Amino acid sequence: MILVFCAFGVWILGWWLNSRLASGPYADTRVVRFLAPMIFGATVILIWELLVNGLEVSLVILPAPSVIWDRFWDSLPILWADFVQTIIKGAFSGYIIGCGAAFLMAIAVDRWDFLRLGLLPVGNFVAALPIVGTAPILVMWFGFDWHSKAAVVVVMVFFPMLVNTVAGLREATTMQRDLMETYAASYWQSFLKLRLPAAMPFIFNGLKISTTLALIGAIVAEFFGSPTLGMGFRISTSVGQLSLDMVWAEIVVAALAGTAFYGLVAMIEKAVTFWHPSQRG
Amino acid sequence: MKQVVAVLTVIAAIVALWYGSCVPMNIKGVLTELERGGAEVQPPSAKERRDMSEIGLTLNNSFAIPATWAQDRPRLPAPHQVAVELWETTILKKITSKRSLIYHAWVTLSATMLGFAIGTGLGILLAVGIVHSRVMDLSVMPWAIVSQTIPIIALAPMIIVVLYSVGIQGIIPKAVISAYLSFFPVVVGMVKGLRSPDAMQLDLLQTYSATKGQGFWKLRLPASMPYLFTSLKIGIAASLVGAIVGELPTGAVAGLGARLLAGSYYGQTVQIWSALFAAAILAACLVGVLSVLERNILRRMGMAQ
Repeated sequence: MILVFCAFGVWILGWWLNSRLASGPYADTRVVRFLAPMIFGATVILIWELLVNGLEVSLVILPAPSVIWDRFWDSLPILWADFVQTIIKGAFSGYIIGCGAAFLMAIAVDRWDFLRLGLLPVGNFVAALPIVGTAPILVMWFGFDWHSKAAVVVVMVFFPMLVNTVAGLREATTMQRDLMETYAASYWQSFLKLRLPAAMPFIFNGLKISTTLALIGAIVAEFFGSPTLGMGFRISTSVGQLSLDMVWAEIVVAALAGTAFYGLVAMIEKAVTFWHPSQRG
Repeated sequence: MKQVVAVLTVIAAIVALWYGSCVPMNIKGVLTELERGGAEVQPPSAKERRDMSEIGLTLNNSFAIPATWAQDRPRLPAPHQVAVELWETTILKKITSKRSLIYHAWVTLSATMLGFAIGTGLGILLAVGIVHSRVMDLSVMPWAIVSQTIPIIALAPMIIVVLYSVGIQGIIPKAVISAYLSFFPVVVGMVKGLRSPDAMQLDLLQTYSATKGQGFWKLRLPASMPYLFTSLKIGIAASLVGAIVGELPTGAVAGLGARLLAGSYYGQTVQIWSALFAAAILAACLVGVLSVLERNILRRMGMAQ
């Protein structure tokens, strides 16, 4: 019971600290902007730990963070193997193939007006559909190994990427295009020097949306059949064995991988589109 | 008019491509069946056929092409097979039947709608809190943004099992998954929307000596509507995915996800494809309803472009 009161105390302390920081004189500095979410996160984890221990919540309902942490370090080799299987082989290769294919398709769509008129509404429509549903079919076609997961990822990222890239390639204004015309620039010159750079913010938007989709596709596809490793496989079998600490360890890996993947793309974006207003100031 | 022609051309091309790929995808199975039925097949032995490419087999046995569009359990069912299955399991079956897709779609839809309502409601509440409280903005908002980069759907199997072990089952676990999938997009979109009035407009309200509540109801909330609808459309698609995925790990007996899973266990490809199309139609209808609502509400508010 004491631990439960401690949890309550931690909550009040965290709240007080953050409200002091938020209304203090340094509220807009970078340090506070970094510190406040960290304090919030630490408070949540502490409360979780104290409540689980204090109320003696069973391990099969919610393991304490310390248990998950131990499990994470104890099973690093397994987690690493799962990470390689699902993220590197499945999600990453599918992401590259899918985004690359969508990019080439977008150039074709942009070149021929008829394709744009016809394909874009279809693409917009498909982008809103529950494409994860194709997973059982693709697993049946490409086998249980990572090839089928990569195929699911390709299908999932293709349309969001296509729609975004096509929107981006139309971003250059008529005035700018006319200027290229007066320079007697060929199609490819004006494409490489004007329209592609102008499209970059949109392309990166598509790439960033696709990172999350890629991970979702690769993990969910493993629920339909996989070799005996992979994050989706581990999650579904560990849930079956009620070893929830393992499930949470996999979720930690998924969260880290997702954030790192997104962060990587965001970093490349920052380097490529340094000129865009959203990247300045 | 030109647009309609273009869309129809693209759709026709997709269907033609689909029929075309049925031939090489299914030819091996078809030839095996035909050989068992006593037909002349080139080359005659199964071993030689296994080593040949699908295209070569098709060229050698062009008489078998129509059969590739009428198999019982094809690797890739032809469009008309899927259409017939959809027709038979929606219109011709009673909706109370376990084999009716409308029944399965309703099971999934009810979980989706419940989860969507919960997720959207909580999301809007949190967004209001974030906009009005500096503390929450600083401490919670970064996590809401980071959470969008995480494949939170990985939590789905665990939520189902944990809720089951504390005695909750049926529609609630699926609705919980739907709820948290639609929650974060709504929070992020709604915060953006509630912040969209510019300083000039806020100053104007100040000169009217409007209270904070009045500012919220008369300026911030109306201004956030376009953002809200954009994120609602993302949210409902995510909710549907959540409900479908929520049916997978426990081997649920009803719902579109269960239909997909059962189809993949028993190799009933036509069933998988029809469930997939049912899910697609459902998603399209949900997004379509929201679009109609959006257009009407925004026009009433004088905000439609």
